[in-house]
Amino acid sequence: MLTDHKAKPQELTKKDFVSDQSVRWCPGCGDYMILAMMQKTFAQMGHKKENFLSVSGIGCSSRITYYLDTYGIHSIHGRAIAVATGAKLANPDLNVWVFTGDGDCMAIGGNHFIHACRRNVNLNIIVFNNKIYGMTKGQSSPTTPVGTKTKTAPEGSYEQPFNIGEVAIGSGATFFARVPDNDPKLLENVMMEAYHHEGTSVIEVLQNCVIFTDGIHEAITGKETRDDNQLRLQQGKPMIFGKELDKMIRLNGMKLEKSNVGDKSSEALIHDESELEPQMHIALANLQLPNQPVAVGIIRRVELPSYGDIVHEAIKSEMKRSEFKTLDELYRGGNTWEIS
Amino acid sequence: MASSTLTTSMRKVVVRFSGDSGDGMQLTGDMFSQASGFAGNDLTTIPDFPAEIRAPQGSIGGVSSFQIQLGGTEIYTPGDTVDVLVVMNPAALAANLQFLKPGGTIIADSDEFTNKNLKKANYETNPLEDGSLDEYHLIQAPATSLTKEALKDLGLETQAMVRSKNMFTLGLVLYMFSRPLKNTIEFIERKFYKKPLLVDANKRAIEAGFNFGESTEVFGRSIVIPPANLPKGTYRNIDGNTAVAWGLLAAAESCNKKLSLCSYPITPASEILHELSSRKDMGAIVFQAEDEIAAVCAAIGAAFSGNLSITTTSGPGLSLKSEAIGLAVIAELPLVVVNVQRAGPSTGLPTKTEQSDLNQALYGRHGDAPLIVIASSSPDDCFYFAYEAARLAVEHVTPVILLSDTYLASGTSPWRLPEKGDLKPIKVPKFKGDPEKWESFMRQPEFLNRYWMSPGDKGFEHRNGGLEKKDISGNLTYEPQNHETMTHLRAEKIERISKRIPKLNVTGAQSGKLLVVGWGSTHGAINTAVTEMIEDGESEVGFTHFNYISPLPENCEEIFRAFDQILICELNNGQFANYLRSKFPQFNYEQYNKIQGQPFFTSEIKARIINILSN
Repeated sequence: MLTDHKAKPQELTKKDFVSDQSVRWCPGCGDYMILAMMQKTFAQMGHKKENFLSVSGIGCSSRITYYLDTYGIHSIHGRAIAVATGAKLANPDLNVWVFTGDGDCMAIGGNHFIHACRRNVNLNIIVFNNKIYGMTKGQSSPTTPVGTKTKTAPEGSYEQPFNIGEVAIGSGATFFARVPDNDPKLLENVMMEAYHHEGTSVIEVLQNCVIFTDGIHEAITGKETRDDNQLRLQQGKPMIFGKELDKMIRLNGMKLEKSNVGDKSSEALIHDESELEPQMHIALANLQLPNQPVAVGIIRRVELPSYGDIVHEAIKSEMKRSEFKTLDELYRGGNTWEIS
Repeated sequence: MASSTLTTSMRKVVVRFSGDSGDGMQLTGDMFSQASGFAGNDLTTIPDFPAEIRAPQGSIGGVSSFQIQLGGTEIYTPGDTVDVLVVMNPAALAANLQFLKPGGTIIADSDEFTNKNLKKANYETNPLEDGSLDEYHLIQAPATSLTKEALKDLGLETQAMVRSKNMFTLGLVLYMFSRPLKNTIEFIERKFYKKPLLVDANKRAIEAGFNFGESTEVFGRSIVIPPANLPKGTYRNIDGNTAVAWGLLAAAESCNKKLSLCSYPITPASEILHELSSRKDMGAIVFQAEDEIAAVCAAIGAAFSGNLSITTTSGPGLSLKSEAIGLAVIAELPLVVVNVQRAGPSTGLPTKTEQSDLNQALYGRHGDAPLIVIASSSPDDCFYFAYEAARLAVEHVTPVILLSDTYLASGTSPWRLPEKGDLKPIKVPKFKGDPEKWESFMRQPEFLNRYWMSPGDKGFEHRNGGLEKKDISGNLTYEPQNHETMTHLRAEKIERISKRIPKLNVTGAQSGKLLVVGWGSTHGAINTAVTEMIEDGESEVGFTHFNYISPLPENCEEIFRAFDQILICELNNGQFANYLRSKFPQFNYEQYNKIQGQPFFTSEIKARIINILSN
């Protein structure tokens, strides 16, 4: 399939990133919002259209590649990050976006995910976390909560789930954010920040599957409950939340703890996404209902050299340093002899 | 003592250097190879390493060997049996005597045949003294003590002096084959230019060995091997893995693409990854992936992005890459998969050679997923077949599997450096016109290949992937007829390449009783066997060798038809024979299969041919 690139304007708009393929997700699926915000933010990035690359694996999430009018690879199950790593290393000018789900990324593709985080490859990875295998019709995924009834755990899931943020940050991710799928403003903001971040950016989207796990994020995203259940992190700001801004997160011994603000607002933790030590970011990623709010927004953003920069710097300096300037010089670098 | 097999003028000779892992046998052998190359001989070498990284010193398990066949004629194998066996200790003798010809020459460092070392090699008495070697020509050279004596003024510690004893042996063998020392000494000066003391020590040791040969007249007269009649040019020795790495670099240069190598370490392919990791100076982008699957997937990503993309592996890794190679087949992307075969299923015999990944290369993917399979047949032609794999991948926009193996990977042969015009230029199929007129699965009519458009090409933004695509437009579709059409197109695309690859040649009889057939790395042994039989007057045997497996060369059937019988020789349980049976069932195929993790010996092939002819 091919881009329709008639009447190319200098300034790109959302429309430039809408492909000619009809979108085939279930009505009401959280994926629509991700697609819309992705197209919107792509247009704002100021990146040449021909240098966008979207890479996906297999699953509902991964269909998004066909709906984005950019260069795109719809790869195989679990391998999007590996494909994207090769593509980005091959051409450092590319603006690479990986679209994956909780099954694709955390189960079959878990190895590639942790290694991308460790290496700090300059990729933007969006994990559509609906806590279920949707496309294969409802099996448990590595993020399915204990007790959730699925096709493969009809009596309720009995495996301990991964927390994506914990795995990402624990593996060395330099950027991790969590966003509900019904918060377009935060999505837009986080997508732009991920674009500007040099290194692996992981965005976990709490995405609703209307068929198999409908409402699984409701307590976090629902209109009535979200203010009390979301801890909206902002750099340099105290961790105060709740409809009445009456709750806060403070440190109690080794743990984060929810408490009432009362007259102790000075005890609220101040968010520092740029702290290199990962412990507090992992603790924030791990906050969970019902006793604690769920942290959303940018949890971690630290500056470290990206893998691609290191590799390409090494190539540059080796080309300068080497005694061989051409292949022929390399061939003749050993012991040669003439036959005449 | 038996009379020596050596004569003062020989056409071919096989020398095997062996000692403890720490004795520097590989370097000794390598330097002797270079001196022989300088003298104009053709040669082929093979190392034989211990399986363990650090086996106990002096034990049979710790013996490391290097074998070379050199000659005044074309040399295609490192030789079946050995004329000259150099042993640095009793363990080396115990491990290698089996390879020595009756009447062959043994050069032994007699200083190392101490009670302690004899015991480690399970000798109850000293074989140098108990008469057990009477059928051989034994030369006792006290290499350790004479090296120490030669180096005594340099102020080195004893251990450091003893380390140069391999150079003493080298000097002795150089004398034996009338090689001047000049080139070897210049090489040492270059190699160790940062360590003048080491240069001095090695020089003295080599000269001491050379002078020992000259003054003791242990050999009688030196042996002269005349230069071989090789094509003009500049030569160097090269091993198969380095040759693959350099062939890929040459291909990247020819098509003006960056090279991306994405691999995971595996024996015996790792040296390609090592060499290209050191070739950042040539712009190579190397990614050591977290696993075999990540490696091939990253290479696919790099291919989509427009680089000449390669993944290298061995059997177990090829198994893991299967699914992703299928993606490259359906997405029709240029990808080179280099598979350096080792022996057996699963972990098998990881350090031994075999040709048993052929079925996997041909068929090892789900769905109908055809691709190009080619195989190299000598360490030096690994350069050309790596280049060829890249050329076919790029020009036909398809994955290509190049089969090499342990035998080629670690063996060496003289390589004539490519000169201008030697390598066919590689043309990248880019769509030159208006992007409006381009569709992602439209094809060039002659060979049915797609165009290779990639990120950065403005206006050509498109999606590609593992789902079936509509013919021409590349849109997703489940239309029944379209899937059949695309399956046929993918097959036809590979089939048509047979028009572009060289035709098969037959050595010896062009028709007659028996056609001997080989593929890949067995070329040397089979060619030598048949050529020697022809020289001895055999006129009814022909030999043809396959480097192109899928598709097969155009004239395959025509050649087979000219012979009464066909004998397929291969190092597996009959995979190529079965492939040929499926392609040309009208012929009757005899098989000669060796499945021992070892290459063919020339003598085995000859015996099998004689056996068939006499029945």
